[in-house]
Amino acid sequence: MEPEGSDPKVTAKQEEKGTQSTSLTARVREEGLAIKEQATEEIKNLRDPRDTQLWKSIFRVSHDRSDPRNRSLAILSNVFLHLHPAKINRDAVRYNFTWGMGGITFYLFIVLTFTGVLLMFYYHPTKVQAFRDILYLEHDVPFGKLLRNMHRWAAHLMIITTWLHMFRVVLTGSYKRPREFNWCVGVVLLVLTMLLSFTGYLLPDDQLGFWAVTVGTNMARATPMLGSEGPFGPQLGMTPFNDVRFGLLGGSVVDANALLRSYIWHCIGIPLVASIFMAVHFWRIRKDGGISGPAPVQLEAEMKPVKKPSVLVTLMGNGNGAKPQVTTGAKPKEEKRVTPVS
Amino acid sequence: MATEIADRKSRFSLGYIILIALAILLVLYGVFLVDDWHQLWKITSAPDNVPIVALLLIVPFFTWLGIRQARDNDQLIERLEKDPQLAKTHHRKTLPWRPGWARELHVWPFLVRIEFLAAVIVTVILFVWSILLDAPLEEPANPNLTMNPSKAPWYFLGLQEMLVYFDPWIAGVVMPSLLIVGLMVFPYVDSNPLGNGYYSLKQRRFAVGMFGWGFFMWIILIIIGTFIRGPGWIWFWPGQNWDHNAVVFDKNRDLHEIIAGWWPAGLGWLGTNWAAKAIFGALVVGGFFIIGGLFFHWLMLWKPTRFSRIDPSLPIHKRIWKWLTTWDEFEKKLLARTSLLQYLTFQFFAISVLLAFPVKLLLRLVFTIKYVWVTPWFNV
Repeated sequence: MEPEGSDPKVTAKQEEKGTQSTSLTARVREEGLAIKEQATEEIKNLRDPRDTQLWKSIFRVSHDRSDPRNRSLAILSNVFLHLHPAKINRDAVRYNFTWGMGGITFYLFIVLTFTGVLLMFYYHPTKVQAFRDILYLEHDVPFGKLLRNMHRWAAHLMIITTWLHMFRVVLTGSYKRPREFNWCVGVVLLVLTMLLSFTGYLLPDDQLGFWAVTVGTNMARATPMLGSEGPFGPQLGMTPFNDVRFGLLGGSVVDANALLRSYIWHCIGIPLVASIFMAVHFWRIRKDGGISGPAPVQLEAEMKPVKKPSVLVTLMGNGNGAKPQVTTGAKPKEEKRVTPVS
Repeated sequence: MATEIADRKSRFSLGYIILIALAILLVLYGVFLVDDWHQLWKITSAPDNVPIVALLLIVPFFTWLGIRQARDNDQLIERLEKDPQLAKTHHRKTLPWRPGWARELHVWPFLVRIEFLAAVIVTVILFVWSILLDAPLEEPANPNLTMNPSKAPWYFLGLQEMLVYFDPWIAGVVMPSLLIVGLMVFPYVDSNPLGNGYYSLKQRRFAVGMFGWGFFMWIILIIIGTFIRGPGWIWFWPGQNWDHNAVVFDKNRDLHEIIAGWWPAGLGWLGTNWAAKAIFGALVVGGFFIIGGLFFHWLMLWKPTRFSRIDPSLPIHKRIWKWLTTWDEFEKKLLARTSLLQYLTFQFFAISVLLAFPVKLLLRLVFTIKYVWVTPWFNV
């Protein structure tokens, strides 16, 4: 509907009548009405924000319409979701199969980053202040105790979920071709997770962390060739002041430098490296064909024959060197030494 | 489906019996052998030990969850192997399936909503956990006051426990490196093409067994390190009081000393001459690798069968021999696909990590032998 004031006929009439019939108040009233009408209409249009230019500029697709195209676009056009495929194996959403541990591990990494950044606002990695900062955090900072607790327990949980993720991958044989390399990336991530946790252990600068790190880094002293007390270390000129432990701690004892090194590894170094490995890990999942299962079971008879059986099978204790029939489809020979089962 | 479920029920009745027996044993242990309940409570309720107590429940649960699905798949595999016609038409999963069902689902919303739900649940768990239990904070760090016991974080307790059995350069540096590299080579030495993407024990007995061996060893070491190692890293049974003045009489002999002492005469130089000691130790370790290699080779090919199924008319030693030399044809097929490099790599890691550790543990704890190989530069 067009506002009244903009009607050319009406305007022309008014001009014909001249100034006597159109007083200033009447004009103001008319124009006011027109503004009101347009504003009402614009507000009415705002009632569904999804029709606005602002909304459309941010969200390219509707997330509530359930047609296949929109559902696919919801994933493909979203930077946070685009690591997912648009569609997956119908059984791959079963929690019994996946256990969800990989995803939970990543979520815990996000939780730890979030709580970690907040903790960094209250923490100084110096011998004078570190321990006091923890006390301050526990007793004075609003929700400080909750923040610290959450950071610690999420770290513990992350280690457990990483292990369980690895355990599931083994049980379902998901490390097999073509995912071997991604398994290796995963092993690196496992080590990084434990190192992240370990470097965080020293930061409160209390007895628990101090002695745990002392015990842990004392082992580095015994590194073969690189440690001052390791095999062949002293022969290669290693002393407590130049060996690998010195490099880890920034000194010969766990002190201010160790605290600072721990802090930097914990907050910057390892998270950066881990993020890169995570990116590779997730990207490779997609490139290697997505989640491995639940796949249809394969049968022994469907194993592709090998061209030349390995000599290993005819070595040592396999019963008169009988070769298994892997090259031809024929039945294996009856072995004399093997007792027929019932 | 109905018959499959009935089968599962009967199959797991043995499991329930074992569970009940374990529970009874636990109660008996608690009633008769726990002296210091307060000590036990102090260890189990320490906030930092909560994850380990949780592991005691979580690991068996997920093992059960995995094995249950593996058993179901194994049953299906057996059925399909017997009936090739069925194998051609079957959808090959134990999960429900009807013709006409879409094989794929849209990630939005079917997966994304699960991920969201998981995130919400984990967040709730973390909040509850963080409200109920406080992260530990001890006295300020003091280099002059050694914590006793001073323990590594729980996930590294396995390595710390290894320090009892090996010198630090092995326990702290070589073993962890071998563990990491060993894990990485795992997919490359497993030449079995079956069992990719589904739970199965029948088709992957050896691979799953080997990983499980390492995994459970690691968990058990953590449990020992947390609940059993007290002040001075002394072995206290759960429920024993952690006596800070406890003294343990350890004999700590080396293998060559025992041999030198045992031998009728003329081997005294084995206890004194460093070169003899070194050569003797090298031979022992070399022998261990050979025997270990034979052991894994046997384990790989051995088909565990019921002893009662072996021809009972044979004399008992022959029966045992036959039982031990019943080979698995499927495992042979897998071995025929294994290259020498794969085989030797596997053997190296299996012997030096999976076998060396429990053997050294037994030598140390049961036979009180400290080193088997003594040289002027390093001891093993």
